[in-house]
Amino acid sequence: MALGVFIAFRILNTPDLTIDGSLVFGMSVCAVVTIAGYPILALFAGTLAGAVAGLITGLLQTKLKINAILSGILTMTGLYTINYMVLGGQSNLYLQSAVLNENNSPVYVSSSTIYKTFSERTAGLLGSDINTSVLVLTTLIVAVVATLLCVFFKTRPGMAIRATGDNEEMVRSSSINADASRILGIMISNALVALSGSLLCQQQRYADLNNGSGMLVVGLASVIIGQVLFGRRSVTLGVISAILGSMCYRIILQIAYKIDMPSYAVKLLSAVIVILALTLPLIKDGFSLLRQRRVARRGE
Amino acid sequence: MNTPLEIRHLVKKFEIGTPNEKVALDDFSLKVEQGDFITILGSNGAGKSTLFNAILGKFMPDSGQIFLDGEDITYRKDYKRALHIGCLYQNPLRGTAPNMTIEENLALAYTRKASPSFFAVNKKDSAYFRELLARLELGIEDRMKTQMGLLSGGQRQAVSLLMATIAQPKLLLLDEHTAALDPSTAEKVLQITKEVVEENQLTTLMITHNMQQALSFGNRTIMMDSGRLLLDISGAERAQMTPHKLIDLFSDTAKQMLSDRTLFSS
Repeated sequence: MALGVFIAFRILNTPDLTIDGSLVFGMSVCAVVTIAGYPILALFAGTLAGAVAGLITGLLQTKLKINAILSGILTMTGLYTINYMVLGGQSNLYLQSAVLNENNSPVYVSSSTIYKTFSERTAGLLGSDINTSVLVLTTLIVAVVATLLCVFFKTRPGMAIRATGDNEEMVRSSSINADASRILGIMISNALVALSGSLLCQQQRYADLNNGSGMLVVGLASVIIGQVLFGRRSVTLGVISAILGSMCYRIILQIAYKIDMPSYAVKLLSAVIVILALTLPLIKDGFSLLRQRRVARRGE
Repeated sequence: MNTPLEIRHLVKKFEIGTPNEKVALDDFSLKVEQGDFITILGSNGAGKSTLFNAILGKFMPDSGQIFLDGEDITYRKDYKRALHIGCLYQNPLRGTAPNMTIEENLALAYTRKASPSFFAVNKKDSAYFRELLARLELGIEDRMKTQMGLLSGGQRQAVSLLMATIAQPKLLLLDEHTAALDPSTAEKVLQITKEVVEENQLTTLMITHNMQQALSFGNRTIMMDSGRLLLDISGAERAQMTPHKLIDLFSDTAKQMLSDRTLFSS
């Protein structure tokens, strides 16, 4: 999740609001395919869905020259309807299918997910607790994706994407199609977000239309926490710090829950964290200026 | 051999149909010969930068044609032209990506020519970049992993110059590329420019406001005014030219043109 936001913000340097929509899009598509009985394929389908959402935003931004923030909002808004349709005209969908028993009355059988299968296969190794296998499998997937990403950003197309966010004009004058790089970057970013939506869907065993709202801020909070704590010197470090940042964010939330924060306060807390993290350098400057003045006054 | 650059009757107007309508290029024609190093003079608003932007494809002209190496590129997309055109601007920030390393910046510019490789930064290319940087004698060859944004303006401009010329373009455009630098750094960057151009035998156009510089650099000087070619000197005529004479000539020709225009309009 944070990785997708990391690409949008730090690498492409544009706030991409599509993320709120593409998370649910990935989730919904994943849910439908999982119920059809293909949990692994569902992850890929979900990811692909996110990439398509990114493609639309990318085209709006580059070919139709719509402002970056507005393009994201437009895609996100349009996706709301699409998601509703994908979920079959309802706002949430449980990962189960109805099977008729011998009395011809429907019995709900929960669909197989990657976590369930993984848990069954590794029962001897990890024990039968599904939470352990969720943790292990998610860590594995994140590690693989992060590695792929780090490698990709060192290849020529990957570097072109980074340069597009840094100085688009220079990319053009190096005879690289900056529009294509930008679209590809937005697609990857949304694909990652949709993948995290898919994983979340299989873990919580349902897809919900409202899961996406505010996800951008959540992702941003992770990216910024990671940046403040671990720096942003290179891409590889950036990718790692985004992952660690999202963990820190979760820990902060858990602490907040422990001190009896109601669950609806999560979004407010996320927003406050982002504001604090963004203004931290400014606050630091302000303090050092105060100190300098005090020293100067004493010197008189 | 084809003419590296030929411009035929190029016209570009801005804000057409408004009271602010401005003719930036007025039936402008220019033929550049292989190996020419042309310095371009002209007051602000004479159309020098507009000419460069037209060649680079930042906008489409209203009429006229541009040929690069015999090919009509008038309506070709800007990034496709950039394959054969290198450009340097006044602002050192424009040509480089500040958050990427020197090595990565060079690798990106070199993408045009480099042999395909999986990783953009590889040993073979890096060795080549190092050699190029060492020739600048600015001591940046040991800082290839430094972020571009940490370099000084002069250093950035020198690296930008390498980036613009690393793929041996058919045409090099320099838009007052030393104007934002302090005099000694500007001198140094100019020196490097001269070396790079001579070594690669690049056909070059250079915009400058310094008349002395315009006359001492290159083999041909043109002067623009109100989007037209006012003066085009080379050879013996140019060798005898002084900045003082140039100003006289400029005002004479401009006056002549002005009276012509009044004549035609009345």
